[in-house]
This record gives sequence, C-alpha cells and structure tokens, in this order.
Amino acid sequence: MLELLVYALVAGGVFFLFIAAIGVVRMPDLYNRMHATSKAGTLGVGLILLAVAAFYQELAVAARALATLAFIILTAPVAAHALGRAAYLSGVKPCESTYVDELAGHYQKNHRLTSVEKAPPKEP
Amino acid sequence: MSFLEGAMLALFFTLPFAIYRLVRGPTLPDRVVGLDLITTVAVALAALYAMVSGQTAFLDVATALALFAFLATLGLARYIEYRGQKGE
Repeated sequence: MLELLVYALVAGGVFFLFIAAIGVVRMPDLYNRMHATSKAGTLGVGLILLAVAAFYQELAVAARALATLAFIILTAPVAAHALGRAAYLSGVKPCESTYVDELAGHYQKNHRLTSVEKAPPKEP
Repeated sequence: MSFLEGAMLALFFTLPFAIYRLVRGPTLPDRVVGLDLITTVAVALAALYAMVSGQTAFLDVATALALFAFLATLGLARYIEYRGQKGE
C-alpha cells in the first residue's frame, strides 16, 4: 500500500518535470519559460522528495527530505522573481502576443543598482 | 530494472530539453532558466538515487545542490541586472 503511494508520487514528479522540460523548449518567451520551470519544476521535485520521505519511514531521513522540500519551496519563487526582474530591467522583450505590460512606467528609464551609481568614474 | 531505476532513466531524457535552452539562448536570462532546470532535475535524480541505492547520504547531496542552484541563480540575476541594458 505504502509502496503504491511512493510509486504514484515518483510518477507524478517525473511527469511534472517532463512538463517543465517541454515548457522550457516550447514556450514563446523568457517569462513564459520561467513560469514552466518555476512552477512545474518545483512541483515535480517536491513530489519526488515527498516520495523519499514516505519510502524511508524514519524520522531522521524524512526530516532531511522535508527540510529540502521546504527550502526549495521557499527559494524557487525568490530566484524566479530576481531573474525575471533582472531580465525585465535589462530589456528582454515579451513575445508578440503580449498586449499588457503592467510594469511599464513603474521603473525609471535608466535604472541602475545603487552600487553601480556609487562606482567611481572610469579613468579616461 | 525496477520502477525507481526506470524513473531515473526517464528523468535523464528531460536533460536534452534543458540543454537545448542553455545552448540556444537567445538571451542570457534564457540560458539561466535552462541551467536552473538542469539543477532541478539533478536534485530530483539525487533524491531518487537515495531510494535506489539505499544510501540516505544522497539526500544531503540533493540539499547542497538545491542551495548551490539558488545562490547561482541569484548571482547570475544580479550580474544581468548590474550589466544593464545590453542585448545579447
């Protein structure tokens, strides 16, 4: 019975990682591709880590697997947000069929990180 | 071949898709997305191998790999933002 649960979780994880891999190739622009990897990819690897916790029914192993799962769930949105923001600010255009750009006008034209602005001027 | 070994073999076939995105681009953030998917699949492979081999130390490999992937993505995102408006 529990073996069946482990197999179902592993099959679901492999399925969603496949969905992420297909999405990263087939989606039209960067922002759609990030959607595929950060949602489907996180779900796939999370299901596989749950399978590990169910496979070894020991507290020590399950705690490590669930801690890894919690870490991935916490960091995947942060990484996706940082990368998407960097891509938007460095001028990566969305695909042709994107009509609404809700971020337009919310950033200054020549946005720079503060550490860049404080950098000493280059010698001629 | 057991079910878990078959699942590992199936996961290996997701890597060419991610490597395609890593090589083709077209922009630098696209390549970072491909790299991110590769490390996600590597974490899943390490977790699966912890079940196949029976050695739970591979779970620590998965944890360290997830941490490393997060830091690498943050560093590359910071580099892309620092570099400013420059297409590739």
